[in-house]
Amino acid sequence: MNDTTYDQELDCKGMNCPLPILKTKKQVDAMDVGQVLKMEATDPGSINDMNAWSRRTGNELLSHNVEDGIYTFFIKKS
Amino acid sequence: MSEQKKMALIASQGTLDWAYPPFILASTAAALDMEVQIFFTFYGLTLLKKDIKAKVAPATNPAMPMKMPFGPKGFQDFEWPMPNVLMGNMPGFESMATGLMKQTFKNKGVASIEELRDMCLESGVKFIGCQMTMDVFGFQKEEFIDGVDVGGAATFLEYAADADIQLFV
Repeated sequence: MNDTTYDQELDCKGMNCPLPILKTKKQVDAMDVGQVLKMEATDPGSINDMNAWSRRTGNELLSHNVEDGIYTFFIKKS
Repeated sequence: MSEQKKMALIASQGTLDWAYPPFILASTAAALDMEVQIFFTFYGLTLLKKDIKAKVAPATNPAMPMKMPFGPKGFQDFEWPMPNVLMGNMPGFESMATGLMKQTFKNKGVASIEELRDMCLESGVKFIGCQMTMDVFGFQKEEFIDGVDVGGAATFLEYAADADIQLFV
């Protein structure tokens, strides 16, 4: 799943709610439609939060996985 | 995506702990493509000052855990059996508790109030200062950060009437 190709990445490790969402939003806004962002976070709430964010904003959450306490998200800008 | 949602908040408290909810909710709502307006009234008005001096008030928060933001994990996790109601009246205790809370927030990767406020403004959240309480407290618009509008109850209610979410903090 981590083989997904991406155009930009964002490191939100160590950040707490709501920073990962705010930083993701800012970066996705500056991307082109169709581009993919890889975001990494350590906040356990980020799975629910990222899902909610993508449903609300219409950006597609391609996948997410957890490994060693690091949550990796791939988001496609719509 | 459905039509744009709107959120109307009233921020009425000026302590550090209570300063967080309105700025967290507003910045996040904006990140969720919602339109947001915050009406700052009573002590909430102090959150619009250029320099935020918000403190925590342990005396009125008996449930507040007293923890240390440094040292080994066991030490940090230890809840100090301090009776906030008594200690809160000791000179300097409020400043100390405020410092500890700010440090803990920083250690845990939580944004500062100033950062969250900046992110709100950057993402188009509208700030309205309550004219009546400004008058009562003797606050001038010039003491506030740029971009603050001034209005009264009718200004808030007109916006809130069409909002999907209305919260009083």
